[in-house]
Amino acid sequence: MNQKRKIRVLVAKPGLDGHDRGARIIARAYRDGGFEVVYSGLHQTPEEIVQAAIQEDVDMIGLSSLAGAHMYLFPRVVELLKEKGADDIMVCGGGIFPEEDIPQLKKAGIKEIFTPGTPLAEAVKWVKENVEPRT
Amino acid sequence: MSIADKIIAGEIRAVARLIRDIDDMVPEAREVLKDLYPFTGRAYIVGITGAPGVGKSTLVDQMVTHLRKAEKTVGVLAVDPTSPFSGGAILGDRVRMQRHSMDEGVFIRSMATRGYFGGLTQSTKSAIDVLDAMGKDYILVETVGVGQDEIDIVRSADTTLIVLIPGMGDDIQALKAGILEVGDIFVINKADREGADRTISDLRLMIEMDEKRYENGWKPPILTAQAVFDKGIREILDEVEKHATYLRSSTERQSGIKYEKVRNELAEMIKDKVVHDILSDLIQSGEFEEAVQLVLQRKLDPYTACDNIISKRLKRGTK
Amino acid sequence: MFAKETLQRIEADNKKWQELFQESVSKAPERLERFSTVSDRLVKNLYTPLDTKDLDYAQDIGFPGQYPYTRGVQPSMYRGRLWTMRMFAGLGSARDTNRRFHLLVNEGQTGLSVAFDMPTLMGYDTDSPKSRGECGRCGVAIDTLKDMEILFEGLPIERITTSMTINPPAAVLWAMYIVMAEKRGISRRVIGGTIQNDMLKEFIAQKTFMCPPKPSMRIIADTVEFGTKEVPRWNPISISGYHIREAGSTAVQELAFTLADGIAYVEAALERGLDVDSFAPRLSFFFNSHLDFFEEIAKFRAAKRMWARIMKERFQAKDQRSMWLRFHTQTAGCSLTAQQPYNNVIRTALEALAAVLGGTQSLHTNSLDEVLALPTEEAATIALRTQQIIAEESGVAHTIDPLGGSFYVERLTKDMEEEAFEYIRKIDEMGGMVAAIEKNYPQMEIADAAYNYQKQIDSREKTVVGVNKYITEEELPVETLQIEAELEEKQIQWTNQLKNSRDSRKTKEALEKLGEAAQGDDNLMYPILKAVKEYATEQEICDVFRDVFGIYRDPGVY
Ligand code: B12
Ligand SMILES: Nc1nc2c(ncn2[C@@H]2O[C@H](COP(=O)(O)OP(=O)(O)OP(=O)(O)O)[C@@H](O)[C@H]2O)c(=O)[nH]1
Ligand SMILES: [Mg+2]
Repeated sequence: MNQKRKIRVLVAKPGLDGHDRGARIIARAYRDGGFEVVYSGLHQTPEEIVQAAIQEDVDMIGLSSLAGAHMYLFPRVVELLKEKGADDIMVCGGGIFPEEDIPQLKKAGIKEIFTPGTPLAEAVKWVKENVEPRT
Repeated sequence: MSIADKIIAGEIRAVARLIRDIDDMVPEAREVLKDLYPFTGRAYIVGITGAPGVGKSTLVDQMVTHLRKAEKTVGVLAVDPTSPFSGGAILGDRVRMQRHSMDEGVFIRSMATRGYFGGLTQSTKSAIDVLDAMGKDYILVETVGVGQDEIDIVRSADTTLIVLIPGMGDDIQALKAGILEVGDIFVINKADREGADRTISDLRLMIEMDEKRYENGWKPPILTAQAVFDKGIREILDEVEKHATYLRSSTERQSGIKYEKVRNELAEMIKDKVVHDILSDLIQSGEFEEAVQLVLQRKLDPYTACDNIISKRLKRGTK
Repeated sequence: MFAKETLQRIEADNKKWQELFQESVSKAPERLERFSTVSDRLVKNLYTPLDTKDLDYAQDIGFPGQYPYTRGVQPSMYRGRLWTMRMFAGLGSARDTNRRFHLLVNEGQTGLSVAFDMPTLMGYDTDSPKSRGECGRCGVAIDTLKDMEILFEGLPIERITTSMTINPPAAVLWAMYIVMAEKRGISRRVIGGTIQNDMLKEFIAQKTFMCPPKPSMRIIADTVEFGTKEVPRWNPISISGYHIREAGSTAVQELAFTLADGIAYVEAALERGLDVDSFAPRLSFFFNSHLDFFEEIAKFRAAKRMWARIMKERFQAKDQRSMWLRFHTQTAGCSLTAQQPYNNVIRTALEALAAVLGGTQSLHTNSLDEVLALPTEEAATIALRTQQIIAEESGVAHTIDPLGGSFYVERLTKDMEEEAFEYIRKIDEMGGMVAAIEKNYPQMEIADAAYNYQKQIDSREKTVVGVNKYITEEELPVETLQIEAELEEKQIQWTNQLKNSRDSRKTKEALEKLGEAAQGDDNLMYPILKAVKEYATEQEICDVFRDVFGIYRDPGVY
């Protein structure tokens, strides 16, 4: 039926951060954008996030962090994906980041960073334009 | 290594991707499934079904813990509904089981119905085969929160658990026709809440009324559980074990069940394949769009359009 | 509140006026299709005495300091004493935060309020693998009594009160505070302050988790009982709507869920056999002040009236003080923007004004850099100045409840009260707040409201200046606070040193005693105090709870 592949995304909350308003809104926006979304729940270690991403075979992990521990947690997720040979899974992040951290995060392999005020439509559009579901 | 070999060797990434391919109806996936078939048939499959929010995922999570303690490996397939508006879905079952994500002996996969009715996805049966071939001892399949008609799970599972909660008195009456007949084990979860006794006695009454059906067969036990508090789980697994023993106890019964299963499975598969092949062919050739336009412009009624297409197709098919 | 004939006349006049209004908008249409509050409540074009017909002045409004306390819980309100200016602060190490406290007190702040870092909030030490990367980033890192001693060095805690935003490990941090004070020769009967200690709203909104709801309620009941007997000037719970609102609820949901939490705590204490009037006067509340000016004022007024009614009618309290809803307020962090951050000063000023007109007892004002990082000294000082200007320049504190009698505000107050009581009825039917939380009921209501609000911003139905309207391209115009990366290592070493120097046999004994108490029914505060004194770390104590009571995980409702 020439059905197009569905995009699958894991929305994940790494670390002790409990700010989940944004992550849960993004999860709903992704659903309404037509993606299949797995939500990790709060307080996940990078290891748990990567395992879930692999088992769920997602195209992208969307990390949400507002509590300032992103400089350890985000690169760690990318590193673990590499270790598991799963670095074709794209990683992006959203939340609160000091300006000077953003280039460093991108250098560490985070594909895009979304900051407060991002319209939901923009977050959805970015996935549609940048995440190639596997062929 | 071929994909099938990787899966038999238990490579998680390969398993995950094959399930995705099956879900996305990638034609090559079928070929892998053919290779895997000889390695299936070893896992024990338990279906967990019941209305939304009764605690299916929590129950599965606890069952996994207990099975792991008994050194069994476990695969979990958890189905959630696709939004009919956007085609998207939030797959919320995994959260309840996420604490097992670091356990190598557990594989959890969330799936979306993608418009398929029956409480499962079109791909569930094949996904079960994949987890079976990868060597999981038990495969737990959580259906979407279902009503009474959506009970496809019984065709795939060896044992079907029906989960209810206290205070569903009226609903139980309604269940009578559908779910009640297909349950191998009934679990009244959330027994910490008021009314569990009442629900048990209602249910028991209903089963007794149907006494004849169970005369020389399996009479479904009614158990209570408190999944969040890890209570009653051991007993559920004991009953699953008993049911498995029962199924094995008579070769006649066993082969009867197997026969039914293969029959159903094959019929479903043919149906899916015919629909899929014909429809995608029609779309590709442009015939489908043509017919749509004709109906749209009211030049043709949809019944005739359908008959025309089918008769043309079938003729061509038999050539 | 008006004579019948007067109302009849107004009714006729109102009809005429509405025609006039319609005529006018038929020529030039209304500016908006829908006029609605931040919480999406529809607002009429005009409010008149007709809208307050069902109100009785004595029964519904009354006088300040008199039942039902709609106009204020104290007779003199701000004519006597202004609200406490209490800035929420915490960053980096205990030393860093101590410095910030001194600055704020020197600038005229009148109460202290501690923000802890994520590991401390969750009951982990800095050296836990779970704490990697988090030390000091969201507040101050406290591992042991020693850190608590440094945190309050040189601060006059015998006369200034301290509020601590801490929940699952509240009993532990409180014990550290008590022991710290006593080591300085200040009796526990003298110190004053608040621990947040409100686990129900954690499950609903803030999500610092440790143990499941039932044992959590037991620990809280222990602290209430202990406080009632031994620390008479302390508020052992701050029943919080702030976080509920920040998680995305409407104003009515904030009101309803907070008071429903309050009801659950009162019931838990009553089950202990405590007399309602022995503890209820020490229950305090904490609300949000969002941008919808009148809706917020009405919410505060409704809260006071509702709590008075609940305490009197539902719990048969006799002591007036049991009926007082005393509350702290924080302006709405979620209303602030990263874009054009100076605008946040204005937003915060409006929100602070609403809190004052609503009669708050204490107030935190957010800084202009709220969306960027923890506040810098400069930003926090401006936020404090905002309160001082409202208090001492604007004149709004000269008279009590100046908006009492406003047709709009009184109507809103009444409507919000009714809607909130409807929610409370629903929660009662579910079997109370603990049961409702287990059903994820409040969580889902809030998630729906939050998504709805976000979509209204996206579609520009709700304006956020600088975000979806009046957008400018800009370089970030403000400096932000940095937390040094080496802090984590230093803090781990520091705590290790302390662990090596303590009498480890005594620490171990104290922890074992605590475990025994947790398994039984004894009040946990006493063994916690013992363990703290022996320099048991926060996590060592919390691990005992996790072992005995189990761990609560995020149900992840979306
Ligand atoms: C709401 C809020 C809370 C609520 C959280 C409720 C909840 N369940 O989420 C409450 C009141 C409970 C709270 C508590 C605390 N908070 Co707070 N909080 C905020 C606040 C005001 C708004 C965050 C928010 O929800 N915004 C609305 C949502 C919709 O926006 P968002 O999350 O930014 O998401 C958008 C984008 O960022 C992006 N996005 C986000 N994630 C993702 C993911 C993907 C994949 C994508 C594509 C996009 C994306 O898209 C979204 C839509 O535009 C911020 C400051 C601010 N204004 O941003 C502080 C803030 C995050 N909090 C802070 C702190 C310190 C705390 C506490 C630690 C305080 C304490 N010491 O006690 C606690 C800890 C709570 C906990 N368990 O973690 C600090 C963090 C400091 C830092 N990072 O340097 C902040 C920045 C405030 C400050 N300046 O001090 N907080
Ligand atoms: N009181 C009580 N609550 C329970 C029990 N088991 C599960 N729950 C709670 O019920 C809610 C729903 O549980 P789930 O396991 O997600 O239910 P589900 O049937 O999988 O839900 P869907 O997949 O959405 O249909 C959660 O908040 C659980 O914590 C129980 O034994 N007692
Ligand atoms: Mg489920």
